[in-house]
Amino acid sequence: MTPLLQVRDVAKFYGPRVGCRDVSFDLYPGEVMGIVGESGSGKSTLLGCLAGHLAPDAGEVIFDTAVDGPRDTLMMSEPERRMLGRTDWAFVHQHARDGLRMGVSAGGNVGERLMAVGARHYGEIRSSAIDWLGRVEIAEDRVDDRPTAFSGGMQQRLQIARNLVTGPRLVFMDEPTGGLDVSVQARLLDLLRGLVREMGLSAIIVTHDLAVVRLLADRLMVMKDGHVVETGLTDQVLDDPQHGYTQLLVSSVLQV
Amino acid sequence: MNEYNFAYLDEQTKRMIRRAILKGLAIPGYQVPFASREMPMPYGWGTGGVQVSAATLVPEDRMKVIDQGADDTTNAVSIRKFFERTAGVETTEETGRATLIQTRHRIPQAALTEDQILVYQVPIPEPLRFLEPRETETRKMHALEEYGLMHVKLYEDISQHGAIATAYAYPVKVEGRYVMDPSPIPKFDNPKMEMAAIQLFGAGREQRIYALPPWCEVVSLDFEDHPFEPSKAEHDCDLCGAGESYLDEVIVDDAGGRMFVCSDTDYCRGRRAAGHVGAQGVPFEEGAA
Repeated sequence: MTPLLQVRDVAKFYGPRVGCRDVSFDLYPGEVMGIVGESGSGKSTLLGCLAGHLAPDAGEVIFDTAVDGPRDTLMMSEPERRMLGRTDWAFVHQHARDGLRMGVSAGGNVGERLMAVGARHYGEIRSSAIDWLGRVEIAEDRVDDRPTAFSGGMQQRLQIARNLVTGPRLVFMDEPTGGLDVSVQARLLDLLRGLVREMGLSAIIVTHDLAVVRLLADRLMVMKDGHVVETGLTDQVLDDPQHGYTQLLVSSVLQV
Repeated sequence: MNEYNFAYLDEQTKRMIRRAILKGLAIPGYQVPFASREMPMPYGWGTGGVQVSAATLVPEDRMKVIDQGADDTTNAVSIRKFFERTAGVETTEETGRATLIQTRHRIPQAALTEDQILVYQVPIPEPLRFLEPRETETRKMHALEEYGLMHVKLYEDISQHGAIATAYAYPVKVEGRYVMDPSPIPKFDNPKMEMAAIQLFGAGREQRIYALPPWCEVVSLDFEDHPFEPSKAEHDCDLCGAGESYLDEVIVDDAGGRMFVCSDTDYCRGRRAAGHVGAQGVPFEEGAA
């Protein structure tokens, strides 16, 4: 099987400082990969490099495109990469405000990606927007409300609907549950897990919340000081951490 | 002769503006940056249009200036006087006799010919401005032809009002490439933009010039199930009886009285001179108001 995403020796430097370096992994279709680590360990930088938001200084990010097969996204032209960004890829920001247009109704937010890839039939755009709002548990009568009128959890679910409406194959998530209270978090995770299974999505989830990766991720990568210190199956890494930092991380989780 | 250089601006400035105009004509709908000058009028009063006119005028030109279709409003009168004084060109109110027409918010009712140039005053040249405030981002969107966002605005219109409620400054796509703001003309005028005359757009405060060569393809954006419709008041002109011209609604008393009149004053006068009389009109007399 061809990996959906092959990452080879990706490195990103901020001047003399290391953002991340020597990161390599394969992601297969339908697989969910978690990236954990403390603040400043380079996980968001890595995600930015993979999703095309940042330009890495070295390495290859080879994505198995639907049309042309495996291609290095870093060698693509900007229009091609941005096209990927609204068709095969999706990016869920930590703050829903970064990923939504706050001045546009919920329906318009979901419809934007459809219109960006050429949908020009109002009725169809609207019905698929309503369908997607339903799937993320937002009532149909909220379709014309602006996200500013939504709670934090609803905004996050709206952001997920907006990203998944074009049927992407790879979803990047940056702390999707950050800033939400635990009961809302639980429902969001439940929803995400359902969607990932149902649509056969591959995902890369950056988080510092080990519970999130325990629930969602098949595989885990632990980062520290810009490089990967440990990888493995999620349960294996969390139950039997080998590296000193991973042991610290796992033992630091508060027990209720 | 007066102490101004011909048409107020110095020759180097006019050359700079002409280069921007030529580039604009070569890439229809593309916003060309130019070094907009201070003009002896405030921004928002047509400084962009005036600079484009100044760079385009030649002494043989006959100039017409309209504001919302009318030749006799403040903006039109003062710009006309400005060029009478600084360029010494002949001016006219007759659309057919003019070689250069500067306009604010209207296209003349009568069809223009290939011997004429139409100069628009543009307040905000960027059609994506209110959807995406960052200029760096909108320029990238133009460059990469990412115009999905423009339809988001139309989508919002339909979801809120049941129809595309944008009635002026209705976005168009030029030659299948650039999305362009046609300046705040009513959408009634949009189909007329495919015309024989050259159309130049000047935005002074925003420092942009763009242009349409003759018979350029100009398509108003819409949805398949909500097609573009040019609209006007369902009425005939009360002065000249015209049924096809764009109308202004005029409140005439405090008791709810109103009348509809052609917004293009020259067109209305021409029809009345030819003997047409509307529902509230009186027979035309030369020299009468």
